Amino acid sequence: MQPPKGQATQVVISQVQRTDGAQREIALRLFLFLMKAHMTTLKATPLNAAHRAMGAKMVDFGGWDMPVNYGSQIDEHHQVRNDVGMFDVCHMRVVDAKGDGVRAFLRYLLANNADKITVPGKALYSAMLRPNGGVIDDLIIYFMTEQWFRIVVNAGTADKDIAWMKEQAAVHAPALTITSRDDLAMVAIQGPNARTKVWEVLPQTKAATENLVNFQAADCGEYFVARTGYTGEDGFEVMLQKEKVDAFWYALNKVGVKPIGLGARDTLRLEAGMNLYGQDMNESVGPLESGLAWTVDLKSERDFIGKAALLANPPSSKLVGLVLLDRGVLRGHQKVKTPHGEGEITSGSFSPTLEKSIALARVPNGVAIGDTVQVEIRDKLLNASVVKYPFARNGKGLL
Amino acid sequence: MSNPSNLKYTASHEWIKTEADGSITVGITQHAQELLGDMVFVEAPTAGRKLKAKEECAVVESVKAAADVYAPVSGEVIAANGDLDSSPENINSDPYGAWIFKMKPDNAADVAALLDAAAYQAVVDSEAH
Repeated sequence: MQPPKGQATQVVISQVQRTDGAQREIALRLFLFLMKAHMTTLKATPLNAAHRAMGAKMVDFGGWDMPVNYGSQIDEHHQVRNDVGMFDVCHMRVVDAKGDGVRAFLRYLLANNADKITVPGKALYSAMLRPNGGVIDDLIIYFMTEQWFRIVVNAGTADKDIAWMKEQAAVHAPALTITSRDDLAMVAIQGPNARTKVWEVLPQTKAATENLVNFQAADCGEYFVARTGYTGEDGFEVMLQKEKVDAFWYALNKVGVKPIGLGARDTLRLEAGMNLYGQDMNESVGPLESGLAWTVDLKSERDFIGKAALLANPPSSKLVGLVLLDRGVLRGHQKVKTPHGEGEITSGSFSPTLEKSIALARVPNGVAIGDTVQVEIRDKLLNASVVKYPFARNGKGLL
Repeated sequence: MSNPSNLKYTASHEWIKTEADGSITVGITQHAQELLGDMVFVEAPTAGRKLKAKEECAVVESVKAAADVYAPVSGEVIAANGDLDSSPENINSDPYGAWIFKMKPDNAADVAALLDAAAYQAVVDSEAH
């Protein structure tokens, strides 16, 4: 268990108030507590107290003190597929890139082509690569104006992402400003009834957001509302000032939107066939080995960071879906035996929608959809079927 | 839910019930199921298997994690709970009813030496701090 933030301060106060007799024991306890607190100091989002009040089980998620579930993780999963749920995604980072030439800069910075988005608010998913083709992060960019693109990056990679963007901007677009929007919070509301619930709480945003297509955002002043998400369901991701997020969270809860933890977030995204950075790809593998070929534009004349490396090193492996045929649970790092060589599971879990164990696995190119492969689980080899993913979206299993 | 006082426990979160014939029934505690969350798979040892105390002998898997179950004492497995194949979630709803396996201990004294409910609660409390 992680000590909640702020407890260390309380302990110091109680020590001062103690009389001499109890001092030594308290001092020892305090020392041990601070040692532990120091080793496990976690970052907290502005919704930390709300999670605890709502009964969340909190875990260390990449240095953040985050809710893994508020009860049954499987119930939370179905809640999103069938109705609506909300996620604290304040740990993710919003970055604004502003100035002349921002489009040209992103066209060079990212593996996907920023020229694909021309309608204001339109979003694009892309990998950001090192020159050697390794994936620094996967992110979403929103085209707002020719002077302003908004970028949302992963929590664990935010600092290195911004450092990389600034380093590249200094060379290729020195007039740009790249700002980490640490003043913003973000909540994802997902599920077939998500948009209706958001409009119930924020009626003033309805006119500007009801005609948004999938992967499009509207800047509504106080609220930036994007029709995006990480669950395979319809919904919005709403960015707003940090100070207001607690009230927004409770207002959503009051109209029946249940909080959903990171546990269900992971099974939802896995069923939806969405990659998780750090598991399904990282700096040691390229996007073409990570199921992201659809996001990499190698055909146009456009140059981008990592392009030469991708062209010079055609991939020998690929990401596929697996469904376990025997009893058990697929997990990350389990070995996959195939007639074409060995592969590895990158993400695996139990699919609440399919009631089967599913996984994403990186396997040799020769492996084909429909093949049966063996997964090494503890000391056994279990059969799994190679399938096309996503596994489930929009409330339904797709296999 | 408190830990039933008629059971014995291990520091690795198994509970042990001594039956009238001297055999023991083994499951995982309320605390263990709560830490693991929604259970989706249980692999129990087969009858006839000889176990040494603290040997890994079963696996329980929740959506988020897999955990080993250890033999509380040395002995021989005499039964596994087949109901858990189709309903592993019984461990979440009724941890002290959803037993995983039964065994015949080599020495009854080994069972008597396991933790009682209060000593086990102290283990749980110390893990929480």
